[in-house]
Amino acid sequence: MSDDRPNPEALLAAIQQREAAQRRGRLKVFFGMAPGVGKTYAMLAAARRERAAGRDVVIGYVETHGRKETDALAEGLPVVPRHELEHRGVRLSEMDLDAVLARRPQLVLVDEFAHTNGPGSRHPKRCQDVLELLAAGLDVFTTLNVQHVESRAEVVRQITGVPIRETVPDTALNGADFELVDLPPEELRARLAAGKIYLPESARTAQEHFFRPGNLSALRELALRFAAEHVGQDVLAYRQAHGIADPWKSGQRLLVAVSPSPTSAALVRWTRRLAGELQAPWLAVYVELPRPLDEPEQSRLARHLALARELGAEIITTTDDDVVRGILRAAREQNATQLVVGKPAGWQALDLWRGGSVLNRLIRESGCIDVHAVRAQEGQTVAARSRPLHFAKPDRRGYLVALGVVAAVTGLNALLQHWLGYQSLALVYLLSVVTLAMLVSRGPTLAAATLTALLWDFLFVKPYYTFWIGGATDVMLFLTYFVVALAMGHLTARLRAQQAAERHREERATALYLFTRELAGAADYADLLAIVIREAGRVFAAEVALSLPEELPGTPPTPYFASTWALGEKEQGVALWAFRHRQPAGRGTDTLPMAEGLHLPLVAGERAVGVLSLRFRAGAPLAPAQREVLDAFVRHIALVLDRERLREAEQQAKLLAESERLSQTLLNSISHEMRTPIAVITGAVGNLGAPTAGGTAGLQQTMVGEIQEAAGRLNRLVGNLLNMTRLESGHVKARPDWCDVADLIQTTLHETGKELARHRLTVDVAPGLPLARLDFALMQQALSNLLLNAAAHTPAGTPVQLSARRDDGGLTLAVADGGPGLPAEVLPRVFEKFYRAPNAPVGGSGLGLSIVKGFVEAQGGRVSAANRAGGGAIFTIWMPPGPPPNVAEEAAS
Amino acid sequence: MNDTPARKPTALVIDDEVQLRRLLRVCLEANGYRVVDAAAGQEGIVAAAQSRPDVVILDLGLPDMTGVQVLQRLREWSRVPVVVLSVRDREEDKIAALDAGADDYVTKPFGTGELLARLRVAQRHAQPGPEPGVFRAGALEVDLTARVVRLKGREVKLTATEYSLLRLFVQHAGKVLTHRQILREVWGPRALEQTHYLRVYIAHLREKLETTPAEPRLIVTESGVGYRLMEEP
Repeated sequence: MSDDRPNPEALLAAIQQREAAQRRGRLKVFFGMAPGVGKTYAMLAAARRERAAGRDVVIGYVETHGRKETDALAEGLPVVPRHELEHRGVRLSEMDLDAVLARRPQLVLVDEFAHTNGPGSRHPKRCQDVLELLAAGLDVFTTLNVQHVESRAEVVRQITGVPIRETVPDTALNGADFELVDLPPEELRARLAAGKIYLPESARTAQEHFFRPGNLSALRELALRFAAEHVGQDVLAYRQAHGIADPWKSGQRLLVAVSPSPTSAALVRWTRRLAGELQAPWLAVYVELPRPLDEPEQSRLARHLALARELGAEIITTTDDDVVRGILRAAREQNATQLVVGKPAGWQALDLWRGGSVLNRLIRESGCIDVHAVRAQEGQTVAARSRPLHFAKPDRRGYLVALGVVAAVTGLNALLQHWLGYQSLALVYLLSVVTLAMLVSRGPTLAAATLTALLWDFLFVKPYYTFWIGGATDVMLFLTYFVVALAMGHLTARLRAQQAAERHREERATALYLFTRELAGAADYADLLAIVIREAGRVFAAEVALSLPEELPGTPPTPYFASTWALGEKEQGVALWAFRHRQPAGRGTDTLPMAEGLHLPLVAGERAVGVLSLRFRAGAPLAPAQREVLDAFVRHIALVLDRERLREAEQQAKLLAESERLSQTLLNSISHEMRTPIAVITGAVGNLGAPTAGGTAGLQQTMVGEIQEAAGRLNRLVGNLLNMTRLESGHVKARPDWCDVADLIQTTLHETGKELARHRLTVDVAPGLPLARLDFALMQQALSNLLLNAAAHTPAGTPVQLSARRDDGGLTLAVADGGPGLPAEVLPRVFEKFYRAPNAPVGGSGLGLSIVKGFVEAQGGRVSAANRAGGGAIFTIWMPPGPPPNVAEEAAS
Repeated sequence: MNDTPARKPTALVIDDEVQLRRLLRVCLEANGYRVVDAAAGQEGIVAAAQSRPDVVILDLGLPDMTGVQVLQRLREWSRVPVVVLSVRDREEDKIAALDAGADDYVTKPFGTGELLARLRVAQRHAQPGPEPGVFRAGALEVDLTARVVRLKGREVKLTATEYSLLRLFVQHAGKVLTHRQILREVWGPRALEQTHYLRVYIAHLREKLETTPAEPRLIVTESGVGYRLMEEP
């Protein structure tokens, strides 16, 4: 890494962190090496200073253990009452998280960061409560001992021999300020001796062991180093932000191999420490083998992976039938430079069979990757090796099948031995073993191989009914048979396992691919959501609920109606938590694990766009591989939903802009259109009322005519506005009825005759037009508007032609004019609301033609505008054909 | 106007717009009516009972009840002719009012001449008395007793349905008839939806009776509502 420019990804991460920090509250940790160094005291003292500076400080949870000095400090600080709960007769009191959140102070004091909450609390651990407070924007002061830091717990256990139960993940400390509360070991011991350190009676002996001078020195060093390292990380983040140096000085990438083995947890912690020291990113890989894991193994594995995730590792799972190959492939794909594996605790007989021990093969095949073999802890490995290697669960059905086949083939051989020699019978047995290997798992196959060898020897090799084998050839034959049968069985079974693993991997890839394809094919948003629910339910065998926030930002998500799982109030609460905190919650997670289902937030960028909740039909949590697919699903769903949301937002913005433009046009146009006739009327009325001017009858006549025309114009405008409103609000419902087209045209002309008086009007109705099914009133209005439009936009004296004829079985009504025609840029927009052609004559609201379109389409027809070949514009209404009316004719009397 | 009534006819105006009531009062009084007015439906029904008007002008949009409700209440005890005032684009309201027993309608905004003509027709049809045996309008002559139709003096052959359609128009000359009213009278109560019969026979009648069938002056279309036989084409 010779590149001195800041890595853009690192920069982005730094910016994101800073942004997140601006919204999040700040965490300050009063950090010490052991109980009794005065962390709570230091925290309270600091809190008093904050309060003196005018900040709103409350005590969320502080345990003073009745120490006088500490009590005195806590005096006067407001306390949020604790949440009391009862568990199996024991009264527990915990911080009331919701009360603190509701109180919304600026700073909350929460003692004992590593505390484990009582059952029934929202989070299993107090540090999660604190993270929630921080996420809500509240600052928090807390206390912590070095032994409770996840990545240091193992070292502390090794130093002191005291097992550490309560730990906090290192990630919980990211971005926190540290204040080291230090005390020389002698003083601490003096305080202990003086009884100033609170210790529960039961733990006294263990704790006294803990406080040995040697231990305390080591713990002190550990605490100092951890605090220093933490400060180092802050500096690193600062340097990254300011592009001072390349982020990962060492250029190392660590990869630790994780398995269900109990030793894995120690491996993970070890790797975290090394990564911290090297300031290197690190990954944890789990190689999924073809053989299935049993339940305790699965939960152990899940714990190890969760531990690695908490400690800041990137998690990778991969499938292979060979651990070594899987680990090395992952290491190469991830560009790992150092590999951490467990050191096998004992001699494994089967290693030779597999071509050397895992460790030897790793070292041999790892090439340029360094391999750390870390010693597994004594006492912890026992559980790992207490189970047989291959016979995972007795495959009872397989053994029965094998037994049946062996019995049948033995019977067959008993018959065949009259015609065939005993050597041929061995071949028949061999055939049956090979066939079996294709049907059942490894165990039954190997059992059948052994059984058939013995049976063959016992029943068909002379001397009969003994295991004694006479000739050297027969011994040779027996041994060869035994080895060949075992090898065949083993190889076939292995092949099958490989195939199964391959199929499994393929299935996963296919599931994701199919899902992506299904989503891509969604017709609309509703379809998309339906597909998400259906596919997630199908692939994970679960009932699915999808919760989405309402339109308004900031509103809680509500379950989508098409969900297959109806969330109860409690589950909705869990889903809401997952949504608010953008973290998985419910079954199989750290938050509200008692919930019925797993609730996964759909996070895109910095925000949650919804929650996917699953209740698995099988009841058991998902295997890591499945969980990985689910995570991929969820990421994809979030992306798709977010894209959809953005698209909608964009459309909303567009609509908004459009409606603003429209209302502006409306105001301009309507104010002009209304004021003009009103001005005419008031003017004319003023003239009529004036005693001097109102004299002549001719002038009066003119004035009255003007008033009438203006009133007509106003009336038409109001009519158009009302029609437009009815159209917009969807209140226009066509009531189609049989109509005489000639009658329709005549009625229309009768209504609009006055306005068309200055044009040469011709009417061309094709003879013998059948009755048409349309809404008379709507169509008349549409035709009127077309005629008025023609009259308004063409010079006086030009022709206007109204025609009606049959066309494609339907009816065509056309209004053609002899005016200048429509410019090319006007044509596509001519039916738009409030659209007025740039060169249009003064007057007109731009509503008439859009009403025509609305009314015609309400009747199932189409309207179009075009320029005529001979000049002028033509507007055409086309109504589709309907069934002809049936009218019985009668003769004249 | 040929027969001046001995006493002034009374017109009841039910409309909530004070300006419109004022205008109608001036206009009607100038044309020989005594005017009573009411601003709401309930008030209008009371006024109708007290002043026994000869004709009612009823606005369909009233504050307390709909015009159609007022009409239904009136029709429970009175056969007074009612002319409805309505806005242009609510054809269904007009039809509902006519079907509920209104005699005619006038669309707002209206000309006073048009309103007065409608009032006269409505009043005339409400008056008891022998039907005139022969109806004349322009070149058309319909002898209802002899069942003979003449156009410019020459007899016109009509089918039975055409004749009963024409007779219905003549009996309600000048009044609007809704599609349903015509269909019920001519084709029977089960033919109320068979509007295509009506269209076809109207076209036939126009073909036989109008001077220029493409521009009918005798049987005119009331858009979306029905037809009207004009007395003075």
